[in-house]
Amino acid sequence: MDQNLLLNVCGLRAGIGDKEILRGIDLQVRPGEVHAIMGPNGSGKSTLAGVLAGDPRFTVYGGSATLGGVDLLALSPEDRSHEGLFLSFQYPVEIPGVSMVNFMRAAVNAKRRYLNLEPLSASEFLKMMRQKRAIVELDNKLASRSVNEGFSGGEKKRNEIFQMAVLEPRLAILDETDSGLDIDALRIVASGVNKLKTNQNATIVITHYQRLLDYIKPDVVHILYKGRIVHTAGPELALELEEKGYDWIKEQN
Amino acid sequence: MENNSEKTMPGEAIAGEYKYGFSTDIDTDIIPKGLSEDVVRLISQKKGEPEWLLDFRLRAFHAWQQMSMPRWAHLDIPPIDYQDISYYAAPVKKEGPKSMDEVDPQLVETFNKLGISLEEQKKLSGVAVDAVMDSVSVKTTHRELLAEKGVIFCSFSEAVRDYPDLVRKYLGKIVPPTDNFFAALNSAVFSDGSFVYIPKGVRCPMELSTYFRINAQGTGQFERTLIIADEDAYVSYLEGCTAPMRDENQLHAAIVEIFVEDRAEVKYSTVQNWYAGDKEGRGGVYNFVTKRGICHHDAKLSWTQVETGSAITWKYPSCVLAGDNAVGEFYSVAVTNNRQQADTGTKMIHLGRNTRSTIVSKGISAGHSQNSYRGLVKMAPSAEGAHNYAQCDSLLLSDTCGAHTFPYIDVLNDTAVAEHEATTSKISEDQLFYCAQRGIGAEEAVGLIVNGYAKEVMNKLPMEFAVEAQKLLSISLEGSVG
Amino acid sequence: MDALAQYLNLYREHSDVLMANAPEALNRPRPRAYERLMSARLPRKGDEGYPALSVEEMFAPDYGVNLRRVPFGVEASEPFRCGVPNVSTLMAFVVNDSFRPTATLERNLPDGVEVMSLARAAEIYPDVVAKHYDALAGAVKLIPTDPHSTADAVMQPSAVSVLNTLLCQDGVFVRVKAGVRCDKPLQIVNISNASAPLLAVRRMLVIVEDGASCSILTCDHAASHDVDYLNCQVTEAFLGRGASLDIYDLEESSARTARHAQLYARQDEGSEFTVNGTTLVGGRTRNSYYVELCGEHARAKLAGMAIGGDEQAVENATCVIHRAPKTESDQLFKNILDDKAEGAFYGSIIVDEKADFTKAYQINRNIVASPSARMHTRPQLEIYCDEVKCSHGATVGQIDENAMFYMRQRGIPERQARMMLMQAFMADVIDTVSIPALKSRLAQLVELRLSGTRELCAACER
Repeated sequence: MDQNLLLNVCGLRAGIGDKEILRGIDLQVRPGEVHAIMGPNGSGKSTLAGVLAGDPRFTVYGGSATLGGVDLLALSPEDRSHEGLFLSFQYPVEIPGVSMVNFMRAAVNAKRRYLNLEPLSASEFLKMMRQKRAIVELDNKLASRSVNEGFSGGEKKRNEIFQMAVLEPRLAILDETDSGLDIDALRIVASGVNKLKTNQNATIVITHYQRLLDYIKPDVVHILYKGRIVHTAGPELALELEEKGYDWIKEQN
Repeated sequence: MENNSEKTMPGEAIAGEYKYGFSTDIDTDIIPKGLSEDVVRLISQKKGEPEWLLDFRLRAFHAWQQMSMPRWAHLDIPPIDYQDISYYAAPVKKEGPKSMDEVDPQLVETFNKLGISLEEQKKLSGVAVDAVMDSVSVKTTHRELLAEKGVIFCSFSEAVRDYPDLVRKYLGKIVPPTDNFFAALNSAVFSDGSFVYIPKGVRCPMELSTYFRINAQGTGQFERTLIIADEDAYVSYLEGCTAPMRDENQLHAAIVEIFVEDRAEVKYSTVQNWYAGDKEGRGGVYNFVTKRGICHHDAKLSWTQVETGSAITWKYPSCVLAGDNAVGEFYSVAVTNNRQQADTGTKMIHLGRNTRSTIVSKGISAGHSQNSYRGLVKMAPSAEGAHNYAQCDSLLLSDTCGAHTFPYIDVLNDTAVAEHEATTSKISEDQLFYCAQRGIGAEEAVGLIVNGYAKEVMNKLPMEFAVEAQKLLSISLEGSVG
Repeated sequence: MDALAQYLNLYREHSDVLMANAPEALNRPRPRAYERLMSARLPRKGDEGYPALSVEEMFAPDYGVNLRRVPFGVEASEPFRCGVPNVSTLMAFVVNDSFRPTATLERNLPDGVEVMSLARAAEIYPDVVAKHYDALAGAVKLIPTDPHSTADAVMQPSAVSVLNTLLCQDGVFVRVKAGVRCDKPLQIVNISNASAPLLAVRRMLVIVEDGASCSILTCDHAASHDVDYLNCQVTEAFLGRGASLDIYDLEESSARTARHAQLYARQDEGSEFTVNGTTLVGGRTRNSYYVELCGEHARAKLAGMAIGGDEQAVENATCVIHRAPKTESDQLFKNILDDKAEGAFYGSIIVDEKADFTKAYQINRNIVASPSARMHTRPQLEIYCDEVKCSHGATVGQIDENAMFYMRQRGIPERQARMMLMQAFMADVIDTVSIPALKSRLAQLVELRLSGTRELCAACER
């Protein structure tokens, strides 16, 4: 086994109830890499993201998934997060009544507890929030509101990247982060992701379109179709797909 | 009978008054007024019923004697003298008609006036019609075609005669004779009604339809409908109601029982246009109806009602969602004008797991009327994952009417969800003005706006009914705009 | 013997003692109250308006009544330091049903603000008390045009109001004179303290004159958690033109305490009334609010929340009647029910035919958090005129699972995420409190309660 693997998914099968959606996924991601997962609607892209993050709606039937050698599937969603998995939601959830500040403080200190670190003092925490906000040009006003409540589509996605900046994950999965974004918002979000990139962490970009990949350059592109990865290649695959359309995949399979 | 013979008035002058206000001179067999054990026995005897059915009636009658009229509804019900009503009135006929030609021509004429020519229905529309006049089923069309599929659609009396085991198995099983005051009354004195049986796996090839009409004076109408959709069956059933204009109040106390077996589906649609009384509230039908169905596993029962008539309406078509994944729906438009009173809604009793129910109620009040939605949603401890959504809106067209909303929500399960929303508002001045600016008169504009408001419900009606129901909505509100 | 009869007997046998220990203004309405009760009964569970609680059962046990006004030591109040951090309040105690001012109360009262025992007020201002006492509770009027109004169902407990009037000997009197704005909140600490089961017949009369304003905090405590107490509270509040009154009412008593509280308010033109009733710890609780908006532009906000656990039962009932045009009301009630707790909301909005341009809203939301918890809700709208904007909404459900997963994905542990969401669920009810320090105090108490603490007072005893 490659000691250098960050994420190692083998033969992962999962679905909702009895309805199988992922029919055997194999996926290896190394530190410093950016992977793109593309595929037509309903191919299982968001399911894969949800299953890795531990969304309780999904049931895992078989296979394995490890992050840095730790069995992800055995962990609660929060411990997967503490282990360094971050999911940027396609539809970030609005949580009325929970302020962004309280929400983030709870998240940061839970992780620190997990790592046996002292909780941050109020001033340290606020200082960190300020720094991280700058990365995605998130308005201070948004930080004082309830989580995602009344945020525009673009603000929600920027808020996701802001939280990613705060939590400093080892593996970030961006689920259709480009959906519903205009070009300016897309640039800000992509630049935030790029700023956060190091040779120690990795990113999986789930997208339907090539567009986002103009801003976040993938090292590897996978095509997911009917619950299986049917193609894996370099960045050129995304361009080929853009040119030929998804029907090309459907005809081949 | 002079005062209620056909009234031909200049169309414009009576705009908004009752379109179906005529009575038909047909020889009628009426038993004397009053209710006693002897009367119950007489009804049973006239219908040549088996002993068990007489017992059923007598048990109901004895229970009824111990009961009193429910007072909890938001209705002002004048005293009803149950001894001043005749409990049986049948059009006299020698033998049951074997073909359309044998149906009393005057009766046919009556239905023609109602806009449902049996002849036409039979030939053209593909809707099978059972017409019930003064409690007695007079003619059922399309029986042959239905018989091919094994569908039974006949009058209740015929069902008792021809399918006694089926009737006995289901009668009174979801609306027990002692369920409530009016159900007990009906169970004691019902004279006829409709019976439907859809065998396993059969999709009834056409809409089944019953037209009810009260004709004779001083009579009550007490019909019973029993619908059984066996496993995997489907049927859409329509019910229409009219009555002639009378000065005195007529009593209508019906029962509808529906059994929806596993994976079956029943759609039950009603357009109720009993005579509503005049502007001052004289006359009109008192409509006290008990409608209830039970849904087994993966079964679905959908009630759709457009209630425009009756002086008093008291009815709560209900679904007992007994099986897992069963679905109940209630779509209602209730219009009240002048002195009408309506207290109507539904009960959704969730017993099975993952049962779903939807309630959409649109109340429209005008004149001096009172219009209430009253509904119960109950999530039993066994109703894991059950979900209910209810939306009850009221539209006010006058400053002298009342619109009320009384939902009852009981949740006894921690995985069930019940959501209720209601709004009450006046008809939009902006919309009225917009229409006026485009040259649409106030009356017509109200009709348009109300139909738009009720659209969500009207869309649930079968096509044949939707057009008539739309007209009814407009007609029943004419004269409501100052 | 039914529950009511024992109190009628008590009255018949001991009216001389009762009357001898109470002022004339409180004695005067008793004979009529007795008459009315002769043909009444107490509501039972399942009666219209009582989905969860039987008032009859609540009143059935053999409670003692302190007819002779034996003084309970004021030292009973010693352990209760219900101060709100960062706020200086005007504090008084009510031990069972006897008013006990703090030593500093009188000295600190601003000009034009009077807080005293109802019995004393009846001696000093017999006319004022006679005019207002029992004027609302004793005369619940139904909408004349509609004999079926559910108003009588909601307020049928007027039988309990009448019982309160029959037996009441003292209470709290608050008056804020015209134009006076009382900046310091007034705090009434209610303490149940007896070694044997006791019925406290509590009464409060609040008069806020034209243009005056004040806020009142009340909190309920039980000195012993091992004795059965029944608190029968009737509050009557009068708001003059342009007056403003906030009442924040917090129950943190004990599992063996039953509380039957009724609040009647009458609002004149342009007045603003806010009431927030919070039940954190209690046994059986019935709170009902009856608010009449009698003058144009009067506004009422009713909010309430309950966090129920164990075998607690909490029933909130409201009846807001719009009698004048251009009036507004807003109701917001929330419950979180755990263990075997049972909750109920019976709320009605009635818009009289004269009350054009009324705006009336009502929201009831509930979380059922355990398989044995139950919730009943009966939101009601009765509208008799057409120029209105009214709505109500009710939901019974669970914590939003999507939000739960979102929070856990960010690393917040399940238990903490659940707590945060429950706290957030109550945020808008807490927000109805307009005094910032009190708002944060209430938020803190809610958090404590959600974390499972039943001994909330401990948090205050610093």
